[in-house]
Amino acid sequence: MKRLVLATATSLLPALTSAAALAAPAVSAAEKQPLNVPAIAMFFVFVLATLGITWWAARRTKTANDFFAAGGGISGFRNGLAIAGDYMSAATLLGACALVYGRGYDGLLYVAGFFVGWPVLLFLMAERLRNLGKYTFADVISERLDRTKMRSFAALGALTVVFFYLIVQMVGAGELVQLLFNVDYDYAVVAVGVLMMVYVAFGGMIATTWVQIVKAVLLLLGGTLLGILALAEFGFSFEALAARAVAAHKSGIKIMGPGTLLADPVSTLSLSLGAVFGLAGLPHILMRFFTVPNAKEARKSVFYASGFIGYFFLLSFVLGLAAVVIVGTDPQFFQGGKVGGALIGGGNMVALHLAKALGGNLLFGFLAAVAFATILAVVAGLALAGAAAISHDLYANVLRKGRTSEKSEVRVSQIATLGIGVIAIALGLLFKGQNLAFLVALAFGIAASANFPVLLLAMYWQGLTTRGALWGGLAGLSCAVVLVILSPAVWKAVLGNPAAIFPYDHPALISMPLAFLVAYVVSKLDTSAKAASERAAFGDQYVRGQIGLGAVAAAKH
Amino acid sequence: MEPQLSPANLQHIRVSPKFRELEVRRSRLVWALCAIVLAAYYGLMIVVAFWPDALHVPLSEGRVVTIGVPIGAAIILLSWLLTGLYVYRANTAFDALNEQILREARP
Repeated sequence: MKRLVLATATSLLPALTSAAALAAPAVSAAEKQPLNVPAIAMFFVFVLATLGITWWAARRTKTANDFFAAGGGISGFRNGLAIAGDYMSAATLLGACALVYGRGYDGLLYVAGFFVGWPVLLFLMAERLRNLGKYTFADVISERLDRTKMRSFAALGALTVVFFYLIVQMVGAGELVQLLFNVDYDYAVVAVGVLMMVYVAFGGMIATTWVQIVKAVLLLLGGTLLGILALAEFGFSFEALAARAVAAHKSGIKIMGPGTLLADPVSTLSLSLGAVFGLAGLPHILMRFFTVPNAKEARKSVFYASGFIGYFFLLSFVLGLAAVVIVGTDPQFFQGGKVGGALIGGGNMVALHLAKALGGNLLFGFLAAVAFATILAVVAGLALAGAAAISHDLYANVLRKGRTSEKSEVRVSQIATLGIGVIAIALGLLFKGQNLAFLVALAFGIAASANFPVLLLAMYWQGLTTRGALWGGLAGLSCAVVLVILSPAVWKAVLGNPAAIFPYDHPALISMPLAFLVAYVVSKLDTSAKAASERAAFGDQYVRGQIGLGAVAAAKH
Repeated sequence: MEPQLSPANLQHIRVSPKFRELEVRRSRLVWALCAIVLAAYYGLMIVVAFWPDALHVPLSEGRVVTIGVPIGAAIILLSWLLTGLYVYRANTAFDALNEQILREARP
């Protein structure tokens, strides 16, 4: 149990931290849940509803703008829900709860670190991104720099993040479904992959957006219901809940203050830099800013999204503490009925056990269906971001140099979606049972060290040249990869060496400043004529980024 | 679609007093808010690293809930309220200024 929670804690939250913990203990047949009829029924209702949405969306998807950006017609509120849906993975529901259950207050500090990325994303990025981009963040960084080189770099950054994140989600989905629905891992992975392909290839951004919205609403409703039922057990008194949790937890009163999880300042700093600035480099999150009509709605979306996410984070603190009392003292949730031993199904089952204790099989089934819906929505968002990088960046702008029709751009992204789906399924099957915590560190590390620095400098710093951006971005990317390989999560845990060469699991502390430094130095040293014209073009871009002149307008329909 | 303005127009906007005002006011707010959010979070993390006992102090005599709990929750709440503040300022004052700049730029 302790080991499982540790594994959860060392990976980053939104990307299914639970994969590590879910994947680590091979689920024996005896441990599997019995076939849960309400869960399966609710899950099928969700799948049918989302397929209906996809069919409806497919009929409304006519242009490339519809396919990649939902015609730019999503309101700030809806986009806020969709962003929350994109960001909150099954790990946010299951992992955060499990973390509070095991670690108490440290869990609250941990999620707070993820939250502060949202205001930073709003202040620094949201409106300029909307004003300058069309479908992908590559639009912004290739605007005044070399189109071919910067698009290729952005696609590389986007696709690596998408694939690392996807593998974790696929493996997590397989483990979760096997556990919850008693369905074989392989079938679960194939089902997730196929549904993802259908949503994205046919329904594009419109379907993806609505799947996210439905999922976010379900997640918020399910969490709130669970929270109300949990608090009712304690007469709606947080003090009473805390007192009982302290009495029930093996660490006692220590769970109400900081423990050992975030005690090492350097390690915590590296983790939080990745969490805060990695957010501003996640392609599927950045892409959502092109679905709103203008900068005003882009800003509003962050306000709504962060409201929902913050609420859910605070809620999971309450749920985790309630689980300490309700799940942690009930023998029916422990293997062999030994209270304090291993939880049935592993550490990440805390929220689901709580649902069962509070609302019986029906609530358990609902929450299980929500957890699976959550995975489906997140993989759909990722697949669309990957498909956009392949078709809009690599095919339309690098390969065809912009000489292509909208129709063929959409066609290529549909084919790319199928390709991504097949690869995701294959990787999901290949990595079955692996400890993948490091992939999450890698995805966020690369987002914070390659995508984010280049995007930020392109929007804010006149001196950035193509050469500087490429060197800086590639330095950040390769540094993040090397440091993760040398980190405890890979060097020790995966490769079996006695000690890690790089002591921290998260690379951003080193790799992100390195990217900025290299981009700065190389740009400064770049005296080519091309660099001079790139610097000269900054003024126009700067003005348009500020006031939205010439920004892509919403399609009229 | 907005009519595409020529680089000369954009240059003209860039040096206009209204644009300068927007630029200065917005960046002042952006950097101030970023500094508050990051200082609040990393400030708390410094306390966690070096004076963890300070957060174990009960809210009042005999209570289990420590001052750490409202402080941790306040980081999330404060960050969210500041996004609200920024959105409010940007969607009213800055957008009004923005609209004036765009109007003046139209030939």
